[in-house]
Amino acid sequence: MIERIDIDHLTLRYGDVTALDELSLSMVGGKIYGLLGRNGSGKTSLLSVLASFRKPTSGDVRINGQPVFENQAITSQIAFIRESGDTVEDTEKVESAMRYAAYLRPNWDAEYAARLLERFEVSTKARIGSLSRGKRSALGIVLGLAARAPLTIFDETYLGMDAPSRYAFYDELLNDFMEHPRTFIISTHLIEEVSRLFENVVIIDRGRLVVQDDVETLLSRGNAVTGPADVVDQFVNGYGFTVIGTRQLGRTKSAMVYGQLDPEKRAEARAAGLDLEPLALQDLFVHLTEPRGDQS
Amino acid sequence: MFDDRSPIYRQIAEQIKQAILTGDLQEEEQVMSTNQYAAFYRINPATAAKAFQELVDEGLLYKRRGIGMFVSPGARERLRSQRRERFFADVVEPMVAEARAIGIPLREVIQWLEQREGEEER
Repeated sequence: MIERIDIDHLTLRYGDVTALDELSLSMVGGKIYGLLGRNGSGKTSLLSVLASFRKPTSGDVRINGQPVFENQAITSQIAFIRESGDTVEDTEKVESAMRYAAYLRPNWDAEYAARLLERFEVSTKARIGSLSRGKRSALGIVLGLAARAPLTIFDETYLGMDAPSRYAFYDELLNDFMEHPRTFIISTHLIEEVSRLFENVVIIDRGRLVVQDDVETLLSRGNAVTGPADVVDQFVNGYGFTVIGTRQLGRTKSAMVYGQLDPEKRAEARAAGLDLEPLALQDLFVHLTEPRGDQS
Repeated sequence: MFDDRSPIYRQIAEQIKQAILTGDLQEEEQVMSTNQYAAFYRINPATAAKAFQELVDEGLLYKRRGIGMFVSPGARERLRSQRRERFFADVVEPMVAEARAIGIPLREVIQWLEQREGEEER
C-alpha cells in the first residue's frame, strides 16, 4: 500500500540544465493523479526520480516516509511505464515480456494481461521490435495495468495509439482502479481527453510546482468573465482576481481569472451584465504555464 | 446557477434530480452506484461521489450502509416545490428578456399563452 508520497525540495540537474528546481509536493495514496506540464517542464524527470530511475541532485522523495532511491522494498511496488512501454529487448516476443513481468511483479495478473492484449489486439507471438508505435504503447499499458503495482506511473503512454485504443485504455484504467484501488500518476498532453479521470492534478513548469489541487476545485477557480471591457476591468480589478489571460473583440473583453468566485460575486457579475463561464482544464493549463518572460 | 458548462458532478446531480422529478427514479428506489456512474461517464469515482454527496446533503438521497444510495421519501415533492419557487425567475424572466430583445410585445406573449390555455381546456 502506498499511503503517501512526499517530495521535498527536489532538485535534479543534468550538467548545466536544471530539470527540477526545489520542487515540493505531497500525494496521498489511492487516487488517480494527473501530472501536467509543457514539453521540457520536468515531468519525466520528476517521474524518473519518483520511480528511483534517477538519483536526485538534492532534496528527497519519500514513499510512506521511506527514501525511495535504491530502496528495493519500495521500488518493487512501483510500475513505471515510459512513453512507449520500453521494458525488454526488441528481439524478444510479447509473450516473453509477459513471462518476465510475471517473474518480476508480485501482484501480476496473467489472466488480466491476456485479456488486455486481446482487447488491444497485440499478438503474443509478435516480436516487440516489430510492433507499431501504437501497439508498443498498448503493450506498455498492459504491463502497467496487469502489474497491479501499488504505485503505477504512466508517462505519456499513448503515443501512436488511435482514439478508440486510447478510450479503451481509459475504460480499463478506471475499471481496474475501482476493482483494485491503488495509486496512479498519469502524465499527459491530452488534457481534455483524460482530465475527468483524475481526482487530483499537479501542474509543473520549468521544474517547479505551479499548482496542485483536486480537479473539481481547480475547475471551479478558473472562470472567463466576458462583457463590455470597462465593466470587466472594474469587476476583475475590484476584487483583485488573478488574471491569467485576456482577449478582446471590439468592445467586448474576456478576462480569464483564477480565484474563488462565491455566489455573491457571481450574482454581482450577472447583475452587471457579465457572462461567467468556467474554464476547461486545458485552458487553465495553457494560461497557467504560458511563457511570460519572468516567472511570477 | 445555470452555467453553460457546469461541473460534471453537478450535471450528474441535475440528471438524477430530473429522473426523480419525472418519476423515472421512484422514492425508496436504489440509485446506480458511484462506480457504475464513473464507468458510464468515464469519470473519476470521486467526482461521481461528489454528485451523490450533494444530493445527500440536500436530503434527496440517503445511504443504506453496505447496500447503496436510495431516493429519500418526499424527494419528488421537495424538488417540485423548489422548481416552482424558481420557475418565474429561471424560466419566465429569460423568456421576457428574449421577447423584449427581439421586439415581441408582452401582450402578444400573453395572448399566445391564453390561446394555449384554451387549447388545453378543450
